[in-house]
Amino acid sequence: MKTFTTLSGPAAPLPMINVDTDQIIPKQYLSAISRAGLGKGLLHDFRYDSADKEKPDFILNREPYRDAKILLAGDNFGCGSSREHAPWSLDDFGIRCVIAPGFADIFFNNCVKNGVLLIVMEEAKVNELMALADNPQSCEMTVDLEAQSITVAAGSSVSFEIESFRKHRLMNGLDDIEITLQKDAEISAFEAKQKTTMPWLYRG
Amino acid sequence: MSTQKTLFDKIWENHVVAENDDGTSLLYIDMHLTHEVTSWPGFESMRNSGRRLRRNDALLAVPDHVIPTIDQAGGIKDESSRVQFETLLKNCAEFDVPLIPLLDKRQGIVHIIGPEQGATQPGITMVCGDSHTATHGAFGCLAFGIGSSEVEHVLSTQTLVQKRPKNMRIAIDGELPLGVTGKDMILAIIGTIGTAGGTGHVIEYVGSAIRALSMEGRMTVCNMTIEGGARAGLIAPDETTLAYVKGRPLAPSDELWDAAVKYWRTLPSDPGATYDKEISLDANMIAPQVTWGTSPEDVVPIDGRVPDPAVAKDEKQRDAIQQALDYMGLTANQPIEDIKIDRAFIGSCTNGRIEDMRAAAEVAKGRKIAAGVSAMVVPGSGLVKAQAEAEGLDKILLEAGFEWREPGCSMCIAMNGDILKAGERCASTSNRNFKGRQGRDSRTHLVSPAMAAAAAIEGHFVDVRSLAS
Repeated sequence: MKTFTTLSGPAAPLPMINVDTDQIIPKQYLSAISRAGLGKGLLHDFRYDSADKEKPDFILNREPYRDAKILLAGDNFGCGSSREHAPWSLDDFGIRCVIAPGFADIFFNNCVKNGVLLIVMEEAKVNELMALADNPQSCEMTVDLEAQSITVAAGSSVSFEIESFRKHRLMNGLDDIEITLQKDAEISAFEAKQKTTMPWLYRG
Repeated sequence: MSTQKTLFDKIWENHVVAENDDGTSLLYIDMHLTHEVTSWPGFESMRNSGRRLRRNDALLAVPDHVIPTIDQAGGIKDESSRVQFETLLKNCAEFDVPLIPLLDKRQGIVHIIGPEQGATQPGITMVCGDSHTATHGAFGCLAFGIGSSEVEHVLSTQTLVQKRPKNMRIAIDGELPLGVTGKDMILAIIGTIGTAGGTGHVIEYVGSAIRALSMEGRMTVCNMTIEGGARAGLIAPDETTLAYVKGRPLAPSDELWDAAVKYWRTLPSDPGATYDKEISLDANMIAPQVTWGTSPEDVVPIDGRVPDPAVAKDEKQRDAIQQALDYMGLTANQPIEDIKIDRAFIGSCTNGRIEDMRAAAEVAKGRKIAAGVSAMVVPGSGLVKAQAEAEGLDKILLEAGFEWREPGCSMCIAMNGDILKAGERCASTSNRNFKGRQGRDSRTHLVSPAMAAAAAIEGHFVDVRSLAS
């Protein structure tokens, strides 16, 4: 997995609550057996009209937000479907950090697994950042995960909180499966015990 | 800390393999259900990394999301979907995964076939790469949806690294009025707690109105728990649960059944167990519910009206309501009963079970759907379909003008060609009224099967109780 240390670039404001994963990446992108090119489908119906032409007013279709690296969103971002295509499409577009007052649980876990940093921040602070991001002259921001800070174009910075395990995983790009496989003996011991306490769960 | 444990505490603590230094737990997973859309990355990665599948006796695969509901024998027309479907078959063959194939009578939506096959049992941990895995919590098991990376983690290790969620308790006491269902109950709950109300929690549903529900009704309630923000819903196992599970193909039998039941009886929350959050609702006050907006929390009783953005609590809320009204083509204060529909969809993992088919048929019996409305009924599995046909429900529905389809996810996710056109308005028994969910610029109103059938017959939303013969 890619590591996450620092990230600099335009931050795009998306001041809407409850943006669900169907809106982040709609169903027509789910039938492929590839992650490639999903960035094109990110926030599809906001970005394209029904003839698949770009909607010029939408934030990600404007300069400099076409190269947005950070997304500022409303509460409960990523609710709904468990599709991991949501973080895949954000990452493929180039957005590796989303800042919002809250995120849905499954989306939250899926982002950690894909090196996408989610920052939970109180609404008033998110609103302040959105106001800066709304202006192309002040939308550049730098996220420093180690320092847990977001520095804005004018030079001031705000700090953010993150659980230590998530920070560690993101900074080191750890492969969860390899870490878990190192506990193979403990898993086997659990299974051996469960075979005696709940034998009906073993059908092999 | 209190020694009284909740149902959730008991299941969680019985499945912790290891506690990690960072506060997460390595949790053992007893049953993993899988389907074509979210499983391919896991199999691909196992193949590339040379990792093995840890347990194929704790895994069950079924295709459901992309399959057609007409002429399934004719195969999948869309090439991308067909490749995805065939990839599932290939992966199951290569890794020796138990698979229920497309034309098998047992095939159906993954969350319908799990319980039908007895894979869903009290006290277990259960996952699937699908957010509606919450459904299975109706049996008193800890069941939650995961993404594709976590699917791979379970395939390779039979465990997941998880942060322990908090306990939330929702009590629904009293008696649901006649004609009001589990669907109305869960919509009313989501309307109360909001779509993020359960975030970070597991919700246990308790109370006399929950106890009175059939397993089908309980599954509908737990299914939409994710729409209230909680990954898992739970209902303690009781005699209703045991009667449903007994005799199913994957359920324990003979002395193992007795041992399992003995354990299952220890699962209900201890008296005095504490919860981080508690809510209560009076079942007697719940009327048939209809969503008006683009989030499941946008819900009102059938005798209600579309809300007015002017009375919203803040600017974001006002914008959200206005955007929803614009998208849905509705006006503030419009009575729900005045909303005309074009389509009705009865099915999905929320409402594709036999009880749902019966409810639709009961309303449809001796009536005809309104001119200009088209309506489809999609049983959740081949077994539901066969049972419904044995009861003659298909004939009743066909005579009333409904289409009777073959099982699958169908227009709940609209990946298989069953899709709404732009601007079409649908009374749907599915679980999400998100923008574009059932087709770009389509308009979804979530309702119970009886309410969907009633709307199809009248051509607009109507209190199903006013149709009662």
